[in-house]
Amino acid sequence: MTPNLHLWLIPILPLAGAAINGLLGKRFSRQLVATVALAFSGAAFAMALWVASQVFFSSLPLPHVETIGTWLRSGAFSADFSFYLDQLSLVMLLVVTGVGFLIHIYSVGYMWEEGGFYRFFSYLNLFMFFMLTLVLASNYLLMFIGWEGVGLASYLLIGFWFIKDSAAAAGKKAFIVNRIGDFGFLIALFLMIKHFGSLDFQRVFEAAKPFAAETTGIGFLSAIALLLMVGACGKSAQIPLYVWLPDAMEGPTPVSALIHAATMVTAGVYMVARSHVIFERAPSALMVVAIIGALTAFFAATIGIAQTDIKKVLAYSTISQLGYMFLACGAAAFSAGIFHLMTHAFFKGLLFLAAGSVIHAVGGEQDMRQMGGLRKQIPVTFWTMTFGTFAIAGIPPLAGFFSKDEILWRAYQASWVYWLVGAVTAFITSFYMFRLWFMTFFGDYRGAAGASHGHEEHIDETRAVVSAPHGHGSHGHGGIHESPKVMLVPLVILAVLSIIGGWIGVPGSLGGSNRFDKFLGPVFRNSAPAVTPERAQFGEMAPPEQTTEGTEPESGPATELIFTGISVALAFLGLFLAWLLYQRRPELPDQIVARFHGLYSSVAHKYWIDEMYAAIFVRPLIMLSRVVFWRTVDQGLIDSTLDASADSARELSDEVRHMQSGNLRSYAGWIAIGATAVIAYMAWVGTK
Amino acid sequence: MVPLSLYLVLSGILFACGVTGFLIKRNIITIFMSIELMLNGVNLSFVAFAAKWQNLSGQVFVFFVMVVAAAEAAVGLAIIIAVFRTRETLNIDQVNLLKL
Repeated sequence: MTPNLHLWLIPILPLAGAAINGLLGKRFSRQLVATVALAFSGAAFAMALWVASQVFFSSLPLPHVETIGTWLRSGAFSADFSFYLDQLSLVMLLVVTGVGFLIHIYSVGYMWEEGGFYRFFSYLNLFMFFMLTLVLASNYLLMFIGWEGVGLASYLLIGFWFIKDSAAAAGKKAFIVNRIGDFGFLIALFLMIKHFGSLDFQRVFEAAKPFAAETTGIGFLSAIALLLMVGACGKSAQIPLYVWLPDAMEGPTPVSALIHAATMVTAGVYMVARSHVIFERAPSALMVVAIIGALTAFFAATIGIAQTDIKKVLAYSTISQLGYMFLACGAAAFSAGIFHLMTHAFFKGLLFLAAGSVIHAVGGEQDMRQMGGLRKQIPVTFWTMTFGTFAIAGIPPLAGFFSKDEILWRAYQASWVYWLVGAVTAFITSFYMFRLWFMTFFGDYRGAAGASHGHEEHIDETRAVVSAPHGHGSHGHGGIHESPKVMLVPLVILAVLSIIGGWIGVPGSLGGSNRFDKFLGPVFRNSAPAVTPERAQFGEMAPPEQTTEGTEPESGPATELIFTGISVALAFLGLFLAWLLYQRRPELPDQIVARFHGLYSSVAHKYWIDEMYAAIFVRPLIMLSRVVFWRTVDQGLIDSTLDASADSARELSDEVRHMQSGNLRSYAGWIAIGATAVIAYMAWVGTK
Repeated sequence: MVPLSLYLVLSGILFACGVTGFLIKRNIITIFMSIELMLNGVNLSFVAFAAKWQNLSGQVFVFFVMVVAAAEAAVGLAIIIAVFRTRETLNIDQVNLLKL
């Protein structure tokens, strides 16, 4: 008898918070709105912790499925409202609720001055609901609900400042680009229903297990896997559908941190890892995943070099890191991908929140060229961001080092090309992150926020209402000031997580035991396709038990250590180069730009991808819609048909209404004619 | 013995006169009298059939029609007087206020 954990409560709690704030929040005070939002998301986090404790200390058997009712039934097909807890969804659950709760806390401080406070928290809680539905769903259909729902929440939050045209446009762009991916996802679901007769995870994977890997040609498993990857590309911002994520930075910074860095964009990685049984049987699809991941990682990283908007750098960095995760999945190292997903949630959430704190400190400026020398004014932000930067750059012993190293090592086992691209990307990542770090915190202040001293001071005082009064110590530039404690506490917690988060996955070569990989082992092991189809068909001999996924490297730990050394060296090289260019010799970048003008401008303009998409897809589509669908079909066909029928009805009634003249004798005439007609008819019938 | 067909032809002529008068006359009194003419045309055919088939039902019907016609005459004349008092005309074409 397995205990009932009431998993359904975890997503429902934030939904209740969203409903309360959304329906009644307008009349609430800001304190009450914040209390409601924090209480419900915090309760979800507490539930998640309790569930985790059940798993770890009460040795709850996994996977654990809880069904609360049938959703729909059609013939042999049925889908339930049921929740699926295994090691993978537990990790996601903890990341989503934990990081989500921290970002909720941060948002209270960040959004305090903004209008629509209740609306923001209602959306944020709504997002939590859908994201938790996504990670806890036990079938693809329920997952799809969450999948679409987070897209909706993302749309609402990107366009939170909908009065600004660019924000509204960015929201629409995110929504529409995601539709393309969802289209692929949906078709994959249809194919699953066709071939497996179910969308339930367990039943689909059981049905898929007997199949051998499709090493030759593309069968339906490859088709399903590739279509799922299309969906993942949309949600997780991979080539060619990544274009929405940089624009999504129009949303408030906590939203960028929560949705567009830590949680929602990793849904694609989660989905691919969840479907690993299918992907493992489709080697060509896995290769596509790896190539897309590697390309995206490299491509986005190069764009990140030339961005000057602090949030845009982080956005491209997010795309690049997501590429790493897909690279890991493509190399069939799913647990490495999930490991990076987790550490990335910590350090990228931290970096975004810290960037928000910086932006807040300099009065809304996002251009790094207008910053500089901020480390003295905002020391807490500086230090937390430092840890985040070192973590993402892959400097040991911070979180990013372990997860990235794991991915690179696994990628090398798949193909040295993957490793090479990944390693170069690691170097670029380190470079652009330290560039951001030097430009923001070192050198001299280049902005003008000090001029608006009075305004900043006012905000400061209002903020003190929520947070404990904080020191107004060093106001070297007048307006520049540290954020309130309610924002700093999440920063510090995330910084700590960014430091220690990687220690649960220390690889064997460094004296650890890679506990994370072992923990996820039950999800991913035992699923690799059987060697020969005959054996699989009879299903008698299960593949040999694996403690970790994939084959253990044949080469010893010494080789692995060499690769670790290389990636650390690359990280420090990036640090050194950034220091040289942006700290030691700040005039050098301009000279380089002048030297390689064409290359620089194409990078700075993001390779004109947006313009290209506009020319190839958007404008022809708008033309098509306008000329064919609007003017021809809608106006020419539908409207004119309806108009014509309405017109003819009016003309007919114009004639007929003369019968109703009000003239008594004409009425009598009509009656006489009618009576005559009836009598004539009866006489005619009678004579027949 | 006058054949039934002659009665019916006379009855038809009377009814047709009534209909025609009803349609072409403008004076309400005349129209009213045309209605009476139609009723009596029908009455004639009733009694003709009653005599032909030796059945009293037709004659009973005629009495009913006469009663209804008397009641109608009472109500109708009252309406005509009321109309004349308010409109000071008996021209039916000018009594058209109920038109939309």
